[in-house]
Amino acid sequence: MIEVKNLIKVYGSNTDKVLELIEKGMSNEEIKNKTKHVVGVRDVSFTVEKGESFVIMGLSGSGKSTLLRCINRLIKASSGEILIDGQNIITMSGKDLEEIRQHRMAMVFQRFALLPHRTILDNVGYGLEIQGVDKRKRLDKVLEVIEMVGLKGWENSYPENLSGGMQQRVGIARALATDPDILLMDEPFSALDPLIRQDMQDELLDIQNKLQKTIIFITHDLDEALKVGDRIALMKDGCIVQMGQPEDILLSPATEYVARFVENVNRSLALTASSVMVRPRYVVHPKDGPRTALNFMEKHGLSTLFVLDRLGKLKGYIKAEDASDIASQGIKDLGGIIQTDMPTAGPDSPLAGLLEVMAYTKVPIAVVDENNKLQGALVRGSVIAGLAGGRGEMNNG
Amino acid sequence: MDSIPRIPLGEWTDNFITYLQINFGSGTQAFSDGLESLIKGLQGFLISLPPELVIIVVAILAWWLAGKKIALFTVLGLFFIYNLGLWSVTMETIAMVISAVLFCMIIGVPLGILGAKNNTAHRIIMPILDFMQTLPAFVYLLPAIPFFGLGVVPGVITTIIFAMPPVIRLTDLGLKQVPEELIELGKSFGSTFFQMLLKIELPLARSTILAGINQCIMLSLSMVVIASMIGAKGLGGVVWRAIQTLKMGMGFEAGVAIVIIAIILDRITQNLGKSK
Ligand SMILES: Nc1ncnc2c1ncn2[C@@H]1O[C@H](COP(=O)(O)OP(=O)(O)O)[C@@H](O)[C@H]1O
Ligand SMILES: [Mg+2]
Repeated sequence: MIEVKNLIKVYGSNTDKVLELIEKGMSNEEIKNKTKHVVGVRDVSFTVEKGESFVIMGLSGSGKSTLLRCINRLIKASSGEILIDGQNIITMSGKDLEEIRQHRMAMVFQRFALLPHRTILDNVGYGLEIQGVDKRKRLDKVLEVIEMVGLKGWENSYPENLSGGMQQRVGIARALATDPDILLMDEPFSALDPLIRQDMQDELLDIQNKLQKTIIFITHDLDEALKVGDRIALMKDGCIVQMGQPEDILLSPATEYVARFVENVNRSLALTASSVMVRPRYVVHPKDGPRTALNFMEKHGLSTLFVLDRLGKLKGYIKAEDASDIASQGIKDLGGIIQTDMPTAGPDSPLAGLLEVMAYTKVPIAVVDENNKLQGALVRGSVIAGLAGGRGEMNNG
Repeated sequence: MDSIPRIPLGEWTDNFITYLQINFGSGTQAFSDGLESLIKGLQGFLISLPPELVIIVVAILAWWLAGKKIALFTVLGLFFIYNLGLWSVTMETIAMVISAVLFCMIIGVPLGILGAKNNTAHRIIMPILDFMQTLPAFVYLLPAIPFFGLGVVPGVITTIIFAMPPVIRLTDLGLKQVPEELIELGKSFGSTFFQMLLKIELPLARSTILAGINQCIMLSLSMVVIASMIGAKGLGGVVWRAIQTLKMGMGFEAGVAIVIIAIILDRITQNLGKSK
């Protein structure tokens, strides 16, 4: 677990003075004009749980890299605490720091940071070599991670012979080779072409599924953040302006800044069924007669209606025309006209996969939990509103 | 202006050197003896080798590092020197260059590392190097004599001092040019100071450092020739004698031999940094 508490990083020689000014509430801009000191990170606190991928997002210059580098002390923080399983990184001795860097965390770099004079094999083995693991013992582990990232056969090549995407695979393999439990990734995919970037994101998710690392991942790309992050923190001017799960950021942007950031994103990636569904208020039980159902539908302008059993489990839906048919025949029970062929989705199903289903069906998509209890309905209006950025309360019609 | 008495800079210098001589004279004597046996030993060794063998070995080296043409030039050039009867004085010169360059590396590379790692050291070292490089070469000869007398030892010592600046400078530069991300890489994996140096910084600075060594070799050769004025012998000694006795032909022959050696050394070591 990583806990960051009230972290501040001031670039410059007289940090104490600037810390006072920050305390007094002076803005970064004023501090810069007055003291020539740059505030890189300003009073940031967050916790990352074991096995979580935590994404830090923000525009260039917002302090992301500075924050990340404080965590492994490549940059020494000016004030605050960084606890890794309770040990404070900022105050620990050089020896302890080396130990933690060797065994507990590894970094992946934006421009890959491969050593040009070493083969892929020796690049990947760098961390183990530093630990003093001897060559024969290194080899097994190194070959294992090279295979994991799909670079088998390239062991004896040099970095210059690899494409960007492959070079970053080497970077990831190198980070995994020492079995660290924390991965620090500073815009690892930003230098790659969009298609390669998506492959790498998928692969990272695969690896993460297998290995359950604690990841701090930096990006300036919201789509990437939404895809990779269990939680996202949005930074501006050294501060975290919003922190939460992907949908929180998308659906309720805390500030104008976040809202603008979120504007252009491909929301279908981040939104799940539950975040855009509407409450299914109009349901009937099989024992209710067609008259009751027709009244409901007429009153709310619906053409279909979900049917639940006594326990709230979804049995199917009825159509208005069927209901009026049996009503005119004097049949009291809806059992005969319940249709069961409606599309359903789980609350966590990503919206991206449901859009196509919606395009081909007239019936709302029923959102049900694992016990088949009806949670909500996806109707066109609310989905489009969700994708468009504002969430309207809509009827399920 | 004439009312100000003459500033006795020369006397101060004399006094300072006398002071050093009295206090450090015995230390320099021991060092001088050690250096002398090293250089003389190397000279004797090179002269004792059959010239054919030396020519073949250097030619192979030239082929490997600089290509066919330079290898051919090496064979012809060295044969020509042999033919002129300048072989053993050439070997004397080469031995002095090798000794001087060796010391330049042993002292210069660590000083360069110090300069790159420590700002204070950098601020002290660099102005000294600037000053050293603006002095005319033969000014270096003077202070060596009171400590080491005449002969090969003061010659090599002045050469070491004269030729060391590029090694220091380019080691410092090479280390500073290592990309920040690779430094971060090393640190982020918990490398120690020496692991950083040996596994990341020096390998990446290698070609820059070797360029410094190439310059050092060329400066050494020119200084070793000048040092014949204080009795360092070798090819420079032949030129010096020719000047004193006005033997133009003899001086010209030795001059040509120096140029040949310079070209061979330059071409071979120029490519050291480029090969993998
Ligand atoms: N070494 C440094 N010295 C002074 N200012 C710096 C230094 N590194 C970064 N900064 C400043 O700190 C701020 C945050 O930078 P950075 O953390 O690199 O942002 P990001 O990674 O989000 O682009 C920027 O204003 C940048 O100019
Ligand atoms: Mg950055």
